[in-house]
Amino acid sequence: MNDYIVFFDSGHEPTLELLGGKCASLVSMTAAGMPVPPGFAVTTAAFDHFVDGTGLRADIKAKLAEIDADDVECVDRVSASVREAIEARDVPEDMHGVLHEAYDELMSRFEDQVPVAVRSSATAEDLPDASFAGQQDTYLWLSGYEAVHEHLRRCWASLYTSRAITYRLKNNIPEDDLSMAVAIQKMVNAKAAGVAMTLDPANGDRSKIVVDASWGVGEMVVSGQVTPDNVLLDKVMLTVVREKIGDKHAELVPDPASGELAEIEVAPERRSVRCLTDEELVAVATMAKRAEKHYGCPQDIEFAFDRDLPDGANLLLLQSRPETVHSSAGKPAESTPAPAATGFSSITASLLGTQH
Amino acid sequence: MTTTETPIMKSFPKPSELTVPDGAQGWEELYPYHLLFANSPGSDEKFWFCDSQHWPTVFKPFETIGGEFAVKCLGQYNTRHLLIPPANGIEFKIHLGYLYMSPVPVPEEEIPGRVPEFEKRVGHYFQNWDALLDQWREKVRGTIAEMEELRFQPLPDKVPFDDIVSGKAKDGSEVIMENYDRLIQLTYQNWQYHFEFLNLGYLAYLDFFTFAKQVFPNIPDQAVAKMVQGVDMELFKPDDELKQLAVKAVELGLQSAFADTDDVEGTLQAIRDAGGAEWLAQYEAAQDPWFNFTVGNGFYGHDKYWLEHQEIPLGYIKDYIRRVDDGQQILRPVEALIAERDRIIEEYRSLLDGDNAAAFDAKRGLAATAYPYVENHNFYIEHWTMGVFWRKVRELSRVFVQAGFWADEADLFYLNRGEVRDAIFDLVTGWAVGAPASGPSYWPAEIERRRTIFDALNTQRPQPALNTPPEQITEPFTQMLWGITTEQVQQWLSDDDGDDSAVTGMAASPGVVEGRARVVYHADQLSEVQDGEILVATITAPSWGPIFGKIKATVTDIGGMMSHAAIVCREYGLPAVTGTGNGSTTITTGQLIRVDGNAGRVEILEG
Repeated sequence: MNDYIVFFDSGHEPTLELLGGKCASLVSMTAAGMPVPPGFAVTTAAFDHFVDGTGLRADIKAKLAEIDADDVECVDRVSASVREAIEARDVPEDMHGVLHEAYDELMSRFEDQVPVAVRSSATAEDLPDASFAGQQDTYLWLSGYEAVHEHLRRCWASLYTSRAITYRLKNNIPEDDLSMAVAIQKMVNAKAAGVAMTLDPANGDRSKIVVDASWGVGEMVVSGQVTPDNVLLDKVMLTVVREKIGDKHAELVPDPASGELAEIEVAPERRSVRCLTDEELVAVATMAKRAEKHYGCPQDIEFAFDRDLPDGANLLLLQSRPETVHSSAGKPAESTPAPAATGFSSITASLLGTQH
Repeated sequence: MTTTETPIMKSFPKPSELTVPDGAQGWEELYPYHLLFANSPGSDEKFWFCDSQHWPTVFKPFETIGGEFAVKCLGQYNTRHLLIPPANGIEFKIHLGYLYMSPVPVPEEEIPGRVPEFEKRVGHYFQNWDALLDQWREKVRGTIAEMEELRFQPLPDKVPFDDIVSGKAKDGSEVIMENYDRLIQLTYQNWQYHFEFLNLGYLAYLDFFTFAKQVFPNIPDQAVAKMVQGVDMELFKPDDELKQLAVKAVELGLQSAFADTDDVEGTLQAIRDAGGAEWLAQYEAAQDPWFNFTVGNGFYGHDKYWLEHQEIPLGYIKDYIRRVDDGQQILRPVEALIAERDRIIEEYRSLLDGDNAAAFDAKRGLAATAYPYVENHNFYIEHWTMGVFWRKVRELSRVFVQAGFWADEADLFYLNRGEVRDAIFDLVTGWAVGAPASGPSYWPAEIERRRTIFDALNTQRPQPALNTPPEQITEPFTQMLWGITTEQVQQWLSDDDGDDSAVTGMAASPGVVEGRARVVYHADQLSEVQDGEILVATITAPSWGPIFGKIKATVTDIGGMMSHAAIVCREYGLPAVTGTGNGSTTITTGQLIRVDGNAGRVEILEG
């Protein structure tokens, strides 16, 4: 046996070193019974074996040693060169078999072949103290082993984008033990998707859940390419406190002709209506609360409603990570009022407060 | 029209500008001088709002007693007992038959001086809550027992011989006079008791509410309400008794005896014939005190009490029996309601720590202790005390009917209470001297004249408010008890050119449904409500409980988060939009409407 592959539902220990932030979280949430789309992690051990077994490690080290952090052009040049080296190198034969086998096993769970997403799961992202999300690449709607295999290497290579290299240099993150895992996950056929945070980012109020959602696959919400619907819910009552319907001018949907995702324009009548029903909002909020309870701290989740699944069972959790802005910045004034006065003087204060 | 360049402070009409409906000329003579704007300096300047929450229809002269006692006693606690720092009582007047109110603020410079007194007095109540409340129950029940003992009987042709022998030397007329005064006095007494705890209940609620809004910005008002609301309340007891009687009737197989519940004697006989002795015993036991329950709000002489109109509770039981036979669960799911309340409390509390968690516990605890009184007192005063009061007044009126003063026992309500006392003198004088009293030749025509004026006044709905509102409504009780907020007043003012396919109000109970509207102005119309309709009313009363199992949602003109409609709808899981101001006049029966209890909005979809 090797430890190159860990299926999300394998019951494996969700270790950060082996699985990276995202996959560790997917494994942990799957174990907790959360509706995570099936898939597997290509572990950091696989990455290590790839860079070591092909002699890339030394190569990369040598290239990075030439970097002048202040020279943007130089960083770009080195980055391109490292990534090219990774993408050009085939994985060792012993790994190839294991990878193909895992892909086939995932496909065997469905009647027909389904498209998958290839997502980075770095050991240094999605951590409570590092807002390092989105530094590496994600590839959506890939069909067939060849595409997966090719994008796996691209994903690995994205560990060395100019942005990532610069970020590490600036934050003194050493390159030596750098590794990453990659998630290979069944792609959700999303009719609507988005993100949710288990607190009100405007004031840190933990009794609220804010949901941003738009039509189609959630990538456009995450990357900020559309103005999503923005809904503030009460976490306990699960009722809508405030909502703002976003413009939602475009959506990412599968294109049957090309077999890939395509960005299309949203018809005007669908732009002006909320993309989630009241019931769907409650389902998202309930799931977000579950994730928060599971991790014991405010969470930032990604979710999607799969059009292939029946209502009530179609909400899928794509990711959950600790909410970093408020958790690390300390609570703002609104959420931590001065200790309330006690006794009857506070009643007087309440009464007089309404005078202004 | 887009003339918004110069901001003009919009105003409601002045009292003197309102048109008197045709046929109502001379209406002022129906009411005492001190209740008229015309005799009250500055009344054309002060801001007044109409209390159509408690008095949705026009007062008959005798009925002003409810408004006078209630609002006077409300004021005495703020002003003289508790010294609420920013708020004195509420000034009140009657205009065109409707009651208008104007809160009386405490001058800014006097507020600090009241604070220590206020804290001392309020502190005493909150620290001795249970003992004082037990004492309250004794006082109120004692008053009611005394009221029950008062009798109004026709005087005999001759004084009994025993009275001659004993040297009593009184003819019995003094008993009528004394009992009349005593009845008024005892009713007044219970109205004083009514407010002993009420403002405290609201204070504790306000304190927790303010705190909750501080630690959880935008917390839904509904959530705060749910966390302090009582579940096992005395106000729900009458309805609970009917439900249990329905379940019992089904157990005993008595359904067929309820074929025609309008025939009370026939129904009870049919139950007896069917061997329902056990059921009848339970029915008898439920009546004292729970059938001292009105289909109205206790403020009107025409309010019907279950005790005297048993076709009402029997009809409700019949409907509950039908639902039990349909397999519906009619008993209130008390355990589930408690579990849900506890979940909400626990979830909010878990989001706080340290001092805030401790403050949450203390404030919520106090509000949960004090708030249920706000509901429960209603049974003791509006239902029970006033039920006995109106029954006794009718008993007195029958003495007059028998003496030919007027034809119907309800005619007495066209006299004011001073005039009733005069009429008693007239009655006993005529009887004593052996010559005809004046009443029989004076009152029938006078009552007819007043009836015409009253009917004319009743054709016109009241103005929601009068004169120029303050820029901000700040008086805390006005906001809490009547839902009169700055936003509410602005909405009334903007209504004329608003969108007439929608009305907005308070999001009082969550959920969204569509259905046909049923507009109900009086309890007498409740029998028209069909399964699956949406109730649209000026206001609902606690005794309307049984119809909440039929309807899909409620829309009211008046009331806030803690109005009866709101509370009952949250219990039944029905959407409610309250305090719309004009829902019952904008929506008509049969229209398809969409009630959004989350957003506080009602749309008229068709019809």
